[in-house]
Amino acid sequence: MKFIDEFRDGGIARGLIQKIEKSSSRPIQLMEVCGTHTVSIFRYGIRKLIPPQIQLISGPGCPVCVTPNSDIDYAIALSRRKDVILVTFGDMMRVPGSTSSLLKEKAEGRDIRVVYSSLDALKIAEENPDKKVVFFAIGFETTSPTIAVAILHAKEERLRNLFFLNSQKKIPPAIFTLLQSKRVKINGFILPGHVSTIIGSDPYQFIAKEFFRPAVITGFEPLDILQGIWMLVRQIEEGRAEIEIQYKRVVHKEGNPLALRKVLEVFEINQAQWRGLGWIPESGYRFKASFQELDARNLYVEVETPREHPECKCGEVLQGIKTPLQCRLFRIVCNPENPVGPCMVSVEGTCQAYYKFQS
Amino acid sequence: MGVEKILLAHGSGGRLTHDLIHQLLLPRFQNPFLLPLDDSARIPNQTTQVAFTTDSYVVNPLFFPGGDIGKLAICGTVNDLSMIGATPAFLSLSLIIEEGFPVSELERILSSIRDTVEEAKVQIVTGDIKVVEHGAADKLFINTAGIGWIRPGIHLSGMNAKPGDRILLNGFIGDHEIAILSERENFKFQGELKSDCAPLNDLIQRMLDVSPSIRCMRDPTRGGLATALNEIASKSKVGMVIEEEKILIRESVKGICELLGLDPFYLANEGKLIAICPEGETDRLLEAMRSHPLGRESEVIGRVVDEHPQKVVLRTLIGGHRILDMLTGGQYPRIC
Amino acid sequence: MCLSVPGKIIRIDENMNMAEVDVGGFLRDISLDLCPDVSVGEYVLIHAGFAIQKIDEEEAMETLNFLKKMAEME
Repeated sequence: MKFIDEFRDGGIARGLIQKIEKSSSRPIQLMEVCGTHTVSIFRYGIRKLIPPQIQLISGPGCPVCVTPNSDIDYAIALSRRKDVILVTFGDMMRVPGSTSSLLKEKAEGRDIRVVYSSLDALKIAEENPDKKVVFFAIGFETTSPTIAVAILHAKEERLRNLFFLNSQKKIPPAIFTLLQSKRVKINGFILPGHVSTIIGSDPYQFIAKEFFRPAVITGFEPLDILQGIWMLVRQIEEGRAEIEIQYKRVVHKEGNPLALRKVLEVFEINQAQWRGLGWIPESGYRFKASFQELDARNLYVEVETPREHPECKCGEVLQGIKTPLQCRLFRIVCNPENPVGPCMVSVEGTCQAYYKFQS
Repeated sequence: MGVEKILLAHGSGGRLTHDLIHQLLLPRFQNPFLLPLDDSARIPNQTTQVAFTTDSYVVNPLFFPGGDIGKLAICGTVNDLSMIGATPAFLSLSLIIEEGFPVSELERILSSIRDTVEEAKVQIVTGDIKVVEHGAADKLFINTAGIGWIRPGIHLSGMNAKPGDRILLNGFIGDHEIAILSERENFKFQGELKSDCAPLNDLIQRMLDVSPSIRCMRDPTRGGLATALNEIASKSKVGMVIEEEKILIRESVKGICELLGLDPFYLANEGKLIAICPEGETDRLLEAMRSHPLGRESEVIGRVVDEHPQKVVLRTLIGGHRILDMLTGGQYPRIC
Repeated sequence: MCLSVPGKIIRIDENMNMAEVDVGGFLRDISLDLCPDVSVGEYVLIHAGFAIQKIDEEEAMETLNFLKKMAEME
């Protein structure tokens, strides 16, 4: 497949790894923020191919993992209304809320449907005028424009039965919170390539300017990741702190301005609750007044008080403070068949990645 | 048969059941074992070990590119018998039909069963038909059970793999499950993507002729290649190393997997087999497989090792390593 | 968190702002609402049923050539 296979070339990979080995002179910790990077790194076995003094820590860039129980419980409560069809991306089906999950609710007979795109929610609403269709909107900046477009279409078509349960988040504020907290030593960041396709490189400047760390916006194929790591090592060795773009074939400094405009047509920036990180200012959205009627939180439901398993270390794993191996529940109680926390459910979750791929 | 839809009465055992058997089934399945239509078929006594297996088929949609539930029902049971080195001989065929099921579709499926039975050179010697009320079954469920004769001197088992053995696979993975998914979801392709559903007994005969010391064979159906490899590794208490670059996956299957976030190692196949053989027999076995229409794209995909027992490790395209675990939970399409 | 895949535009429906893309032979209809300025034959990055950016083929070639050279040196 074009633009994929070429970036998986084993020969070039080996050469790049040698270059990284030659350039790297000291132990460093790099955080790969994005869950898709976590998966790719594990999928190709990159962790053990790079020199051992370079440690890769997984960050909070897994939207499933950072969705708080309260949002999942809300979705579950909505799905229990007989007049509701709950529509979701596949990622959320097995995530445990406080006492249940969407998959369990589906087995109980609730109308819960998996879609590939927010536009599918529009179709379902059009085909079921007597039902309230609620789309569980999770994701980061890559996904938000697609949700904004669906909302704009809904408004244009005057669809009265389509609602959105908003749980979307923004990545740069989470990185800011991590750097401020100083709980993890991070020498540099591998930044999410696809989020950056939308937001460009400017929103990350604070990483270099305020915190003097280098960061490289990186693609997801193995050669992209290796080049990204090499660029970070070079910056660190040369004492530089800049935001560089490795993923030049799709990331531009200005991102995708049209996509950004669509989001701001529908939403205003707001604080948001992140599992493990708490409330982070300006890291989420709320509906603008003229789109308020599409907010699913207008629909009446009773939601249970959210609870998390006291032993679940997802929050600390998401910040890179602990690895899954340091969680007492890992493997023994919490595994992909019986996940306790979302980090074990999501394919991108650090815990599931460790469970499946780690020897 | 004169009616368009199956009625509850077709399952009552009376005149309509009799009509169904005589007009739809017997013309397709002519053999001396079935014809008496007694309560049981009589099988002459054998001197070799008898293999016996059963499987039920509830696939939805019933028809998909490359096959249908009928073909699947025969291939699945024929293959299960063949995987332990048995020559499949006699099958039973049980149908549970939902009231209202179109007779034309039933006929289509029965013809498909007949074609597959002929291709596999097996016989249907006994069977059953039930009709249930609308809503009590999802259109059509099929169960087939089969018996076969195990070749003397052949002892294939998932417990036999030994370090040093080689692992062979007869072609592209993922086709079946993607064909089903694409039919269900109305996916489109350039060119065709068909299920690989096929009876493997003839291929396996050729393989056993050439390499009687094959340790074991397994068909990677539900749970995919990764799950099947893990089952053997776990039973034999050995490790395995698989070379990612030797695994064949069609571009369009790769494309769907990339787009939906599915992992091809966990997709079901219905015309594939894994064979584990002693190192010395590898070349001969590979040649024999490649000489057969269902084995043209066979490859040696890995080897059995004594390191990391019960774990299957994949050597990735860039020379790294990752563990290929069994399928846990299911695969959902994802955006993350 | 952003599973996105390159696909080739093979047909455009201007009225609906949709396109048919080819991902390794798999054909899919996607929205061009976020990336309207494309032509048949070009490659786009696809996420959740939308084209989110055009793929700059020249940049891709440059990256690859650079990587090839880097890997060969010494």
